[in-house]
Amino acid sequence: MTVQDTSTVGALSELGLARPQDPTQSDAAAPAVRPIRRLPVQKDWPTWALLIAQACILVGAIALWELAATTGWIDAFFWSQPSAILKTLTIFFTTGDAWTDISFTFRSTIFGFLLGTTAGSLLGLSFWWSRNYAAIVQPYIICLESIPKLALAPLIILVFGIGLVSKVAVATALTLVVSTLTAYAGVKALDPDGEKLFYSLGASRLQVFRKLVVPFCLPWIISVLRVNIGLALTGAIVGEFIASQHGLGRAILYAGQTYDIALVWVAVLVLSTLAIVMYAAVSWVERMLRQGVRQ
Amino acid sequence: MSYPAPKLCVDDVGMTFKTSVTSNNPAGVFEALAPVTLAIPQGRFVSLIGPSGCGKSTIFNIIAGLLEPTAGRVMIDGVDATGTIGRVGYMLQKDLLLPWRTVLDNVILGMEIQGVPLKAARERALPLLHRYGLSGFEYLYPNALSGGMRQRAALLRTLLFDTDVILLDEPFGALDAQTKLQMQEWLMQLWSDFGKTVLFVTHDVEEAIYLSDEVHVMGTRPGRIVATIPVLLARPRVRTSALTPEFLAIKQRCLDLLQIPASQAA
Repeated sequence: MTVQDTSTVGALSELGLARPQDPTQSDAAAPAVRPIRRLPVQKDWPTWALLIAQACILVGAIALWELAATTGWIDAFFWSQPSAILKTLTIFFTTGDAWTDISFTFRSTIFGFLLGTTAGSLLGLSFWWSRNYAAIVQPYIICLESIPKLALAPLIILVFGIGLVSKVAVATALTLVVSTLTAYAGVKALDPDGEKLFYSLGASRLQVFRKLVVPFCLPWIISVLRVNIGLALTGAIVGEFIASQHGLGRAILYAGQTYDIALVWVAVLVLSTLAIVMYAAVSWVERMLRQGVRQ
Repeated sequence: MSYPAPKLCVDDVGMTFKTSVTSNNPAGVFEALAPVTLAIPQGRFVSLIGPSGCGKSTIFNIIAGLLEPTAGRVMIDGVDATGTIGRVGYMLQKDLLLPWRTVLDNVILGMEIQGVPLKAARERALPLLHRYGLSGFEYLYPNALSGGMRQRAALLRTLLFDTDVILLDEPFGALDAQTKLQMQEWLMQLWSDFGKTVLFVTHDVEEAIYLSDEVHVMGTRPGRIVATIPVLLARPRVRTSALTPEFLAIKQRCLDLLQIPASQAA
């Protein structure tokens, strides 16, 4: 014991509560002096500065790529180069099939998205009507979920042909299961007391469905819209990869097979833009719907 | 009969469930509710108190037609109403306000389900919302309301369902003590304005006595009514009624029946 040996202080020190009587007299056993630290502070840059930094990285990367290709550090045949891509982009939009391809891919995606989301949500909601029916069908839905749907794409193309319908079918297959499971999750989360309230007010099954089940599950259904638009686009592109006469997916495949690497980049660029635009549009729709159902 | 039939009559209603046969339950039957009989005249306020598991909620579910009893019948206005829904207003423990509807549209739910046009239903509900303390909340969503306000809205929804009998299952159970007192006064006001026949479930002995004309004390295993105690205190009652010898005598009797020593009672 290093603390002065009065009985009270001794007792306190056993509890770890004793204060040193005189700080100048503290010896080696006393705790070392603690370093003085301050809370680390990060200063946030203004938005314009962040934007400039981002732009610099983009421009720098493109310039480096161009430089590397012209000086021969990388093989421009395999990697292409920004100037060639820009040239191809102009050709693609002026004399090429840009708009035909964009419109084809866009339509397959949107139709598949709408069909898969609507049918899936209705299927999920339908499980509310009968527990027996839900119990019977549920294992099949889970099986369907575990199948990699894209593996079925060649079959779908064979059945539905090489036109738009087969791309819509692949996109639908990808989105349907997600929507079904999500809507069903909503149904399962329904509070049985809510149904009890409705029935105590003398409601019919249809009234409970329309006034309770559907509005309750709507936030669930809405929450998958953004996931589904991405899945639908993936489905459409894979469909085009397998067999198609139009579409951005076909353009990428065709360009790759003919070693037109600049065109591959152009198609990927256009595809990404399409994806961003559709994602933004669906996010906007989602926001509107959320305000509509208010939850 | 020379007497008018009671408004609500629970006639030897019992509820048994089949369970697995075990050594201490050779019959394989679980009796949730031993035959219970209640006869409640028009306009009475009647409470059920009892420990959890005494079958209070089972009785309510049976009266509301949400559960088919294994014995007996439920008569409303002398007509057999066993297993029919929409005959009584039923307020469950939770307020169950729909978060996507405004307070006004929540309150008219019963009328809407019964096919009253929305406009007419809203016109009927608005003055009541104003009179009973929900002014300014009509167009808000339930998540903006305090517990007491939500309970008011749920109760008005039950009242606007327009049935003579209403069942209230621990409506104030989740409220803090002070709000609870306010809500009791508010409920008394509503009850005397509307003249409904009320069946009220609570865990709170004092609340039961203060509000009721009659208190039924229930017991468990099987759920049953062990005693019926009339409360003859004059109305309108005031808070100090709870200090009168009559009130305390009833309270003592209830606590004895519930086998709670008075020192432990809240």
